[in-house]
Amino acid sequence: MKRLLTSLFLGLALIAAPALAQNQPLRIIIDEGVIEPLPYAVPDFVPDTPAAAEYAANLSRVIASDLSGTGLFREIGKEAYISQVTSFDAPVQFADWKAINAQALITGAVSVSGQRLTVRFRVWDVFAGTELGNGLQFAGTTDGWRRMAHKVADQVYGRITGEGPYFDSRVVFVSESGPKNDRKKRLAIMDYDGANLQYLTDSSSIVLAPRFSPTGDRVLYTSYEGGFPRIHVLDVGRVERRVLQSQEGTMSFSPRFSPDGRTVLYSVSQGGNTDLHSMDIASGQTRQLTEAPSIETAPSYAPDGSRIVFESDRSGSPQLYIMPAGGGEAERISFGQGRYGTPVWSPRGDLIAFTKQNKGRFHIGVMRTDGSEERLLTASFLDEGPTWAPNGRVIMFTRESQGAEGRASLYSVDITGRNLRPVRTPDGASDPSWSPLLD
Amino acid sequence: MKVLSKVAALCALTVLAACSSNDPSNWGNGGPGGSGGAGGPGAAGSVNDPKSPAYFQQAIGDRVLFAVDQSTLSPQAQTTLQGQAAWLAANPDYTATIEGHADEQGTREYNLALGARRANAAREYLISQGVAGNRLKTVSFGKERPIEVCSTEACYTKNRRAVTVLTAGLTG
Repeated sequence: MKRLLTSLFLGLALIAAPALAQNQPLRIIIDEGVIEPLPYAVPDFVPDTPAAAEYAANLSRVIASDLSGTGLFREIGKEAYISQVTSFDAPVQFADWKAINAQALITGAVSVSGQRLTVRFRVWDVFAGTELGNGLQFAGTTDGWRRMAHKVADQVYGRITGEGPYFDSRVVFVSESGPKNDRKKRLAIMDYDGANLQYLTDSSSIVLAPRFSPTGDRVLYTSYEGGFPRIHVLDVGRVERRVLQSQEGTMSFSPRFSPDGRTVLYSVSQGGNTDLHSMDIASGQTRQLTEAPSIETAPSYAPDGSRIVFESDRSGSPQLYIMPAGGGEAERISFGQGRYGTPVWSPRGDLIAFTKQNKGRFHIGVMRTDGSEERLLTASFLDEGPTWAPNGRVIMFTRESQGAEGRASLYSVDITGRNLRPVRTPDGASDPSWSPLLD
Repeated sequence: MKVLSKVAALCALTVLAACSSNDPSNWGNGGPGGSGGAGGPGAAGSVNDPKSPAYFQQAIGDRVLFAVDQSTLSPQAQTTLQGQAAWLAANPDYTATIEGHADEQGTREYNLALGARRANAAREYLISQGVAGNRLKTVSFGKERPIEVCSTEACYTKNRRAVTVLTAGLTG
């Protein structure tokens, strides 16, 4: 009780029902206040059949990994449990969970029939003694058991934080190996948490900066296949790729899809000058959007497709600008100290994430779309290339360590700057692009 | 190329100082995707034969260096490029690809664009010295292919470069 009130006082960080009114649900409000993770328990799901036992335990483990990985939740270890959940339908012994201070309890059951896996679950507000939301059931294949765990965790996360889901998503990135002056790069895709890694290209050519389509079915990336950087589009399901047409003697790079998935926005370097262009993918028709002797690159659409944020050094140093999607007058939005690059519009539309270089350090930051309320989330020798989680609450980026043994790896951080953590990959990794939420 | 990569790798793993030499004989050839890496002698022929690519690479100098975030050519760079232009005039069977590079300070995208500026600055200068434009291609590797691997200005100064990589064969 005392702790809850303290949290409230510190910034509305954590509210549990009993501290306020009986009918106010269990809730974490994500803001900039000091937050104490909400303690929860997720006992192994109950297997309906012996064949389901392994899945039942694994599901609980992945759900806990998702929730605790946000930094907003803290799992209470199974050794602390007073009562065990052996039946999905039996009444919950709230007193036993209260006694170990589990504010939320997740119970579930799993059945397997051939290749078909069915998962049922409920979320409980322990201190209120009530169910939070309704029980749900997901069905899928046994191969896709991790996705079902992510879907359950997304439900729990959504019900308690009020934020959109993001665990059931993937990340495409560049897998790196070899020494710094001869780095081998190839495209790879994995679940957001690093599981189910698959390589999409070999490392015979340099590949850079893959970007998911708005539906996650395709990936744009830059490849030096043929000796010069050109933009390729890859069908993720079929692992088939084709090169987008480009003019002889030019370089194309830094592509990004429009929100409707039909247009590619990208940079073209010709005669030493780099400008923004767009291409209708189906017809191949192109349009030049900027025409300036300065560098214009790293474009990103607003989620409604009406505007583009990009990087330009027209003022003398790289800064962020916004212009209409069809080109036209651009308005500078970055005015702080240092150099700004790689702006990416949040899927919620409210913020722009960027890379900032200042006084020999790199930062990942966010600002409002008018440039106000700039907030730096990270600092290191080299942080760059932010990408948004589908819910616009978490950012993944590349961090590279310095020196001859320098290595790139992926990190994530939430938009308040909390919960900075590495994303595990078997080799070096850079240029992440977070998919939309999977279907 | 395979052997060269190994040399480069060994070089990176052993004593850095030994690889940081200014001796142009330590500078490797470029080639698509290989790009002016550190390593053994890359160009063909003897450095004593003025018509050989090795002479171009090592005696004249196949690269020019740039200041931080700049693509303007220093007087020294201009002298090197004058030598390159004279060699290309005397050896009309060669074409060249100029590879622009940046140091690691900067985002990937910006450095690609910066490398393109540098490669183009070298190309424009060679054209001003009489080399036909259709003999000169440019490509930028941004910060993807440093020749020096430390994270200090001593390395950065060598990584901010435009390398003229020769290709034997008539112009298309």
